[in-house]
This record gives sequence, structure tokens and C-alpha cells, in this order.
Amino acid sequence: MKFRTFAAFVGPSMFLMLLFIAAPLISVFSQSFYVDQSVFETVEVEVCTPGFLTQTCEIEQRTQPLLDEDGKQIVNTEFVGWTSYRNVLRLGDAWEALSDLNWSSFQQIEFWKALRFTLTFTLITLPLAIGLGLLLAITVNNVTKALKGQIIFISLLPFIITPVIGALSIRWLFIGDGIMTAFLEWWLQRDIAMFAQAWTIELLMLFYRVWHVGPFAFVVFYAGLQTVNNDTLESAIIDGASRFERLRYVIIPHLMPLIVFVALIHLMDTYRVFEEIVGFSSQAHVISLQWLTYDFLTPDEAGNRSVSRASASAMLTMVGIVILLIPLLRKTWNDHRRAH
Amino acid sequence: MSVPKALQTPLSLRLSSSAFIVIWCLIAAFPIFWIAVMSIKVPIDAFAPNPVNVVFGPKTIADGKGLSIPDIVIGVLALYFFARFCMRNLPQLVSRHSPLGLVALGWLAAALLTGLAFALIFVIVLPAVMQVINGVLGSFGNPVLGFTAEHYQAVWVDNKFYRNFINSLIVTTGVVTVSLTVGTLAGYGLARSGSNVAFWILIGALIFRSLPHSVLVAGYLPVFINSAEILKPILGENAPTLYGQPLAVIAVLVSINQPFTIWMLRSFFHNIPADLDEAARVDGCTHFQAFRWVIMPVMWPGVITTGLFSFLLAYNDFLVTSLLLDAQNQTMVPAIAGYFNRETTTTDQVEAVAAAVSITAPLFLLVMVFQRQIVSGLTAGAVKG
Repeated sequence: MKFRTFAAFVGPSMFLMLLFIAAPLISVFSQSFYVDQSVFETVEVEVCTPGFLTQTCEIEQRTQPLLDEDGKQIVNTEFVGWTSYRNVLRLGDAWEALSDLNWSSFQQIEFWKALRFTLTFTLITLPLAIGLGLLLAITVNNVTKALKGQIIFISLLPFIITPVIGALSIRWLFIGDGIMTAFLEWWLQRDIAMFAQAWTIELLMLFYRVWHVGPFAFVVFYAGLQTVNNDTLESAIIDGASRFERLRYVIIPHLMPLIVFVALIHLMDTYRVFEEIVGFSSQAHVISLQWLTYDFLTPDEAGNRSVSRASASAMLTMVGIVILLIPLLRKTWNDHRRAH
Repeated sequence: MSVPKALQTPLSLRLSSSAFIVIWCLIAAFPIFWIAVMSIKVPIDAFAPNPVNVVFGPKTIADGKGLSIPDIVIGVLALYFFARFCMRNLPQLVSRHSPLGLVALGWLAAALLTGLAFALIFVIVLPAVMQVINGVLGSFGNPVLGFTAEHYQAVWVDNKFYRNFINSLIVTTGVVTVSLTVGTLAGYGLARSGSNVAFWILIGALIFRSLPHSVLVAGYLPVFINSAEILKPILGENAPTLYGQPLAVIAVLVSINQPFTIWMLRSFFHNIPADLDEAARVDGCTHFQAFRWVIMPVMWPGVITTGLFSFLLAYNDFLVTSLLLDAQNQTMVPAIAGYFNRETTTTDQVEAVAAAVSITAPLFLLVMVFQRQIVSGLTAGAVKG
């Protein structure tokens, strides 16, 4: 295929990706160094209140935004350097808390709190989701072929459901005196409030995420199991391999590329954990990196969005995912170089 | 061929495996089943600590809202025949009556008509008929299972949820059409070119796919809000404000989805032998003609599968739509946030549950109809490793 035809085929897609992915990245990068501020002026106003015989008049000083001739607020864009990053990271406070070995005051700082949750969440759900997927794939493959369709249908439901709704549906089981809470209270004979402290919420979030991605791993692994070489399995049996040894030395190595694939997708998706925070309304206790940026972008009571800080936290989030992906990219690059 | 003895599974392992699968199926389906049950009960029953009360709804029955045994029997039968008609007769009807080359349009019309017919039968005709029958039957026609549609009515009619539904429909249709058109072209180009550029484009797409969406939205938001001023020099006075425009959101979602779409379509195109388009080229087709008339006809399964995943992304999105659309043009998923943030009374909560079930129902149907495509899509991405 000539390069020109290739460009014609790929062009529209490239254009969209450059315009809506690459360009925003550059603009986020530059925004994070600038702050928009409305210009204010202080004016003296005479305020009169009706009184007996004469009005009582006072002169007050008022601050009001400066307007241009169209009646719009004048906004000054100012270069602030790393200030927004400093405001997000609060390195001074963080270092102080860390050198005092005071973990809880370290976790008061939103960015570090979000980073801690995002990383632990990603790393804990990774083995759980893959384990659940593998277990399901192997058992379904072993037990029955007749009910395969129905089992896959039911398994796909948690995977396909809108993430916010999925999180909500689990929340409604536990909220207040929901049936799961009632059941746990009856079982453990104690009062339980699942949404009063951070760790129980985190537990529910972990459960939700494994419930949500386990099916994806299951379907991928199940498809992989259909291509396991039966001759290899039989020779392993002849050599006296036990069931576990066959799993460990024949089946798992066969599935390894798929496990890497699922792990990679899972890493990317879980690093941007966000919907759980919305679904469980956990912002008072637990927040994630992506939620932090979202929060900066949502208008506050005065209707202002702190775009500069959002950009700074967005850039920091991006740096995080790039660091997580570097090993993979290096491996791909090496493979590619070897192939040519 | 009988299974060799060494390969047979011992009974204990079989039992524990079956138990595991049963438990998993329960866990997988339970939360979804449960919100569906909650949504048709009055608030006291819906949030009752005793599960039996939630299922049967004594308070709901006491309020005179319930289904009798004849109701249930006839309702289930009607549902069964309706589903059978959809599965068996509908595809034939569509292919017979839709104009040539516009099968997709025919399906859209069929889906809308089926939805209307469903609403007509189950909301208007059946309740009226059943009222008469239950009256004739006397005590046998007394309600045994609590059932009320009042929350759905509150959500869809009083709170105008259908507006959000229409917005969702606009956004998802737009995203699926555009991303498939652009994506198939790119996927084909990438699959048939072994050049270094193609490799780097794919790696770039992989990195783009990993970006958190909030990073990108932080880039769009200021530009979209001020777009009228920014675009004024180019477009003149009627430059649009992109913030709040469904079209802008469609463009954004299509682009966010592009990396995934081109990876997936590329692996589907890879499985189609290159001999096919080479033969067409020998017969004098250009690359575009070969693509349009030779490759596309055999590509439909792959396109449908990729389309499903584009649909899911657009339909399930919360972050982009909630930040880039204003209240007027809000889609369903962000709109539900309004319910559970309000949540002052238990009625509000059950209304939120009903809204959640309304959002889930189309997805449920989707899995039912397209299960095979979804599975092949999940595995297609994995084929290349």
C-alpha cells in the first residue's frame, strides 16, 4: 500500500485523535502554569438607611469585579509558574507530616490521599480480578458445556452494566438498614454502618471492581482455554503430572499472554478509578486521582472552576500512568527492534 | 470418544466447582435483580430489612397495588410470546420490508415500533383487561405480589426523564456512527500496511487509551466555554459556544474511543486474508473500491462488535457528559446523580432506583441479543496478545 493511500485511510482518525487528544494535552500543560483571575476594584459607596427625621448615611468600601464595555468581567491571565503544582502537591506540609511519621495528617492532603487510594486500589484489585477470572474459566471449562451460554450471559451482566449504576446497586444493598447490612448485623450480632468510615467503603469498592472486571477476565481466559493443546496435556498425564501440576506447568504458561493482556487493560482502567467515588458518594472519606481533577473542574458555589489546579493535578495523574506503562513500552520497543 | 480415566474429574472436585459457579452466578446477578425488585415496591417495602418483605411487599399490597396469580400467569405468558416474536419473526419482517442497503434504518424503526408496542400492551391494554378478569374471579384475583409502577411514572413522566433518554439516544447514535465510519477506514489502513508509521500510530493509540478522561476534559472545558470568542475571527458572529452541545460531546467521545476502535478493527481486518483485496485490485479496483465492495461485506460481524463497544462507552459515560453538557442536554447517566444527591426522602431514593433500572434495561436487552458478538469482541482484542 502506497503511503498516500495509507494516509487517506488513516487520516480522519489521526485528525480526530490529534485534535481531541493530543491538542488538549498541550493546552492542559500550558494551562497549569497560568491562573485566570477576575480583576477587582474597591469603590466607596454611600449607603443610606431611612431613619427618624434624617436619613443615616454611611460611606462603605466595597469590592466588586471590574466590567468591560460589554458588561463582562475582565479576567486577567497571569503566569504563575509552578504555583498550581505547589498548591496541589503541598510538598512542604506533606514532608512535615512524613518526617513527623504522622500518617493521618499526611492523608489530610487531598492529592496524597487520592494517590494512596488509587495505587492501593489498582494493586489489590489486579490479582483478585485475574484470580477470579482464571478460577471461573477453569471451573466452567471443567464442569459443563451445556450451561455455558447461560453462565456467560449472567457473568456478562456485571461487566456491561453502567459503572455508576453498578456501584449504586451495591450501595443500595448496604445503605442504612439495607438487606446486606441487616444480614451482617444479624450474623455478627453488632451494629454496622458501612458508609461511616473509610475502610468499609474501600472494601465495598474493591468488591464492586472485582465483580465488574472479573467477567471480562473470565471470558478472555475461557476463550484461551479452548486452544490448549490436548496432546501436551495427555503427555503431561503420562509423565505423571497431577491435576495441579498440569495447571501450573501447562495451562498457565499457555494463558500467559492473555494474563498479561488482561493485566494491562486492568491497570489502565483501574488507575482512572472514578465512578465508584460517584456511585458510593464517598468523597468525604475516599477520593481518587481522577476524581480530584473532576472536583477542581466542577463549579463551586460561586460558579468558579479552578482550571489551573485541575490542569496541574491532571498532568500529575498523567505522569503516574506513564510511569506505570514504561516497562511495557520498553518491552514492545525491544520486540519491535528485534523483529526488524 | 469417551474421556480417558486420567482426565475424568473426581466427584468432590466436580461438586465444589459446581457450587462455586452457582455462588458466582448468584453474586453476579443478585444486585441487578434486587434493584429491579426494589423499584416496583413502595418505599417502606423497598428498604425493609427483611428480604421477604422486599420481595413480596406487604405494605405495597396493603395499599392496593399488587399482582394476583392470574395477573402473573397471563403477564409471563404475554412476555414469553412477545420475546418469541422479537426473536423469531422480527428479523424476517425487517429484512423483507426495509429498503435495499438501509437495513440499519429498518432495524432502528423496528426497535422503536417494538418499544411502542411493548408500552401499549403492558402499560395500557393488559392492566385494563386484568382489572376486569380479577373482578370476575373474586378472592382468587386478590393481589399476592406487591407491584407498583408509580416510581417509573414519577421518573419518566413527572420528572421528564424521557428528555434525558432522547439526549442519550442522540449522543450514542452519533458516537457509534461516526466512530465506526472513521475507525473502519483507519483499521483497514493499519491492518494492510506493515510500515513503521503504522506501528508507531498503534503504540501512540495505546498510550492515548491509557489517559484518564479527566485529563482530556481539563483541556476541553475552558476552550469549549469560551469557544464563541475564540472562533469569532474564523466563523464570524454566529460562532457557537461548544459547551453544552451534544455535537461537541459526540466529537469528544468519538476521539476518546478511537484508540480502542482502531485496535479492535485492525485485529478483525487482520483475520481477513489479504488475497481477497489483492484479487479485487487485480480486477482493476482502487484501494477504496476494494475496501467498499469486497472487504466491507465480509466485515459486518467485526463492525457490529466494535459498534457495540462504542455504544457501551457512550452510553455508560459519566465524566465527560456530566462536565461538558448543561442540564438541558443532560444524558441519562449523569442525570441520575441528581436523584441520589437529592435523596431527602425514601421516595426520592426509590425513584433513583427506578431510574437506575430504566438505564440498565436497554443494556440487559443488548446482552441478550448480542451476547455472541460481545464475547467475540472481548476475545478479538486478546488474539494478538
